[in-house]
Amino acid sequence: MARIYKLGPPRFTVSQNPPLIKIRDLHFSRGDRVIFDGVDIDIPRGKVTAIMGPSGTGKTTLLKLIGGQLRPSRGTIEVDGLNVHALSRKALFKLRMRMGMLFQTGALLTDLTVYDNVAYPLREHTDLPESMIRRLVLMKLEAVGLRGARDLLPSALSGGMARRVALARAISLDPMMVMYDEPFTGQDPISMGVLAQLVRRLNDAVGLTSILVSHDVEETSAISDLVYVINGGKVIEQGTPNELANSSSASVRQFMSGLPDGPVGFHYDAPTLDEDLLSMRGAS
Amino acid sequence: MLDILASFGRKGLEAFERLGRGHLLFLQILAGITSLLPRPGLLVAQMHSIGVRTITIIVVSGLFVGMVLSLQGYYVLSQFAAEDSLGVMVAASLVRELGPVVTALLFAGRAGSALTAEIGLMKATEQLSGLEMMAVDPVRRILTPRFFAGFISMPLLAALFSAVGVIGGYFVGVGLLGVDEGAFWSQMQAKIDWDGDVINGVIKSLVFGVICTWIALFQGYDTLPTSTGVSRSTTRTVVHSALAVLVLDFVLTALMFGD
Amino acid sequence: MNTRQLEVTVGAFMAAGLVTLFFLAMQVSNLANITTSEGYEVSARFDNIGGLKVRSPVSMAGVRIGRVVNIGYDQKSYEAVVTMLIEPEYNQIPEDTIAKIYTSGLLGEQYIGLDPGGSLENFQQGSEVMITQSALVLEEIVGQFLFRKAEENAASQE
Repeated sequence: MARIYKLGPPRFTVSQNPPLIKIRDLHFSRGDRVIFDGVDIDIPRGKVTAIMGPSGTGKTTLLKLIGGQLRPSRGTIEVDGLNVHALSRKALFKLRMRMGMLFQTGALLTDLTVYDNVAYPLREHTDLPESMIRRLVLMKLEAVGLRGARDLLPSALSGGMARRVALARAISLDPMMVMYDEPFTGQDPISMGVLAQLVRRLNDAVGLTSILVSHDVEETSAISDLVYVINGGKVIEQGTPNELANSSSASVRQFMSGLPDGPVGFHYDAPTLDEDLLSMRGAS
Repeated sequence: MLDILASFGRKGLEAFERLGRGHLLFLQILAGITSLLPRPGLLVAQMHSIGVRTITIIVVSGLFVGMVLSLQGYYVLSQFAAEDSLGVMVAASLVRELGPVVTALLFAGRAGSALTAEIGLMKATEQLSGLEMMAVDPVRRILTPRFFAGFISMPLLAALFSAVGVIGGYFVGVGLLGVDEGAFWSQMQAKIDWDGDVINGVIKSLVFGVICTWIALFQGYDTLPTSTGVSRSTTRTVVHSALAVLVLDFVLTALMFGD
Repeated sequence: MNTRQLEVTVGAFMAAGLVTLFFLAMQVSNLANITTSEGYEVSARFDNIGGLKVRSPVSMAGVRIGRVVNIGYDQKSYEAVVTMLIEPEYNQIPEDTIAKIYTSGLLGEQYIGLDPGGSLENFQQGSEVMITQSALVLEEIVGQFLFRKAEENAASQE
């Protein structure tokens, strides 16, 4: 399956340009739960960077931090040289116009058609005439292969199609980067392949920078140039997909080859089963 | 014992926190009017889903409330041989009290709960987050038009309710019970003041419009993004709105009519 | 639903709301009657005005010709001073007209009734009614009635 869209050797080379996103010493916690405990990440321009890790490690949270929807308790995030959390509201909104984000569920506006959803950012942020908007929207829809579905409502779309529409919407303002939140989750192999190919193609065709958050190792490795693996609030490994596959770290190997138990435990932290069964607490 | 006290304290703090968030949201919503003025289309669309779709229940309820008032009023008034005052009684009850209050209660049940569910689901399905990432402020774009639509719709709906109620009362009183038609209207016109009764009723319904729409929007915006969360918020909208309307009605009545 | 249909229904809703407000104003409340603030003012002094209020009707032969616009109290003469606004078309009211305070029905509201006199001069702006009759206060009547009964009883026993 993966072979269909394998695109030759990884193209990651150390970039001369400064990275598009620079995350330094990032700390974030939700209530008592520490999500990030000193994370440093560089996202190079024009590449597909994957951020991987087991579920519940806060990968989606990371995207929200980059988009300025959440505030870190410590550390900085710089996007294109701007410190996201020091920006005024207006400047933040301006920055967001240059960011596209693809939510896990698509997050399409349910009372608008596919066409209107894709046209939405254009109508909100530009004064383009309707004829121009139409041309742009049809082009974006063509890019994701859904020009024929423009009159459907989001409720009539399959999950994979909804994400493709959301992708068309995310790139409608021609952003400098797109963040993908678990684009492959819950997809059948075909639409997974279609999406993966789209991510790669868009990245190369328009010179986007792509950030891909996922736990689907195979698909993600196949299309990304650089991979960060997060676990326990820290970056535990980084490198090209090939490097990671041959990593010396046991937990990275466990994750990359999908073994159920290993350094990343199968069990959530708990007292031993015997202790739990013998204690009277649950019974009372 | 200490646990109980601590949990009360925590509940109290949470309530204050929520109250604070609610007021901040209220200010944000009001500030959004600057971006609403150039786009009246947004307001019209919301007036339709909030106001127009509530008309049916308002008109039907108003008609029956007026008819019942007339029946009950006739029974009491006829004991004092004062049937001629039936029109006054029906109109005064409707214009001063039942119009604004029952409309607000129905509004909370029909439009308020729908608003909460809509906003709550938009939050649960990340649509609000999505808007934010598209550099669109969901408060201005989604909440503000709904708020002003509710604010404008409420007095109009209350007026409809009162007027239909008076007509319902007229049919029962004059048509069914045989009260003199002239006395019905003339006594009503003699005793109901425009500024004292009708305008005060309109002021009441404006206040209720602000309160009910605000509660509905806040509950939706502040909901836990889960199915249970949305269903709880919807219930809370109806309960809080009803309580707020009844308490405020007492306060407003005391201020307006208690001289 | 397309935009046009939406706008039309919302427009109809707004119109219906405003029309009902107008209905409440004209048909249900007394706005239509009190809008006529034109006319001329005539004052009258009463020993007791009973339950008369501002905006109580002023009528002649049962026809409403004006309303009470002000009620004051004269501390020197210990009298109530009632100012009435008479509508301009009723300008043929003789100067020696008598003003009485009546009650509509046994428990109804009180109003001023004018009984025309025979003078050739008519009321002008600022005129004063010379002859007035105060409100009948129910307690006084009942009191007088009881007193007289008691007197009669006392007389018959002698």
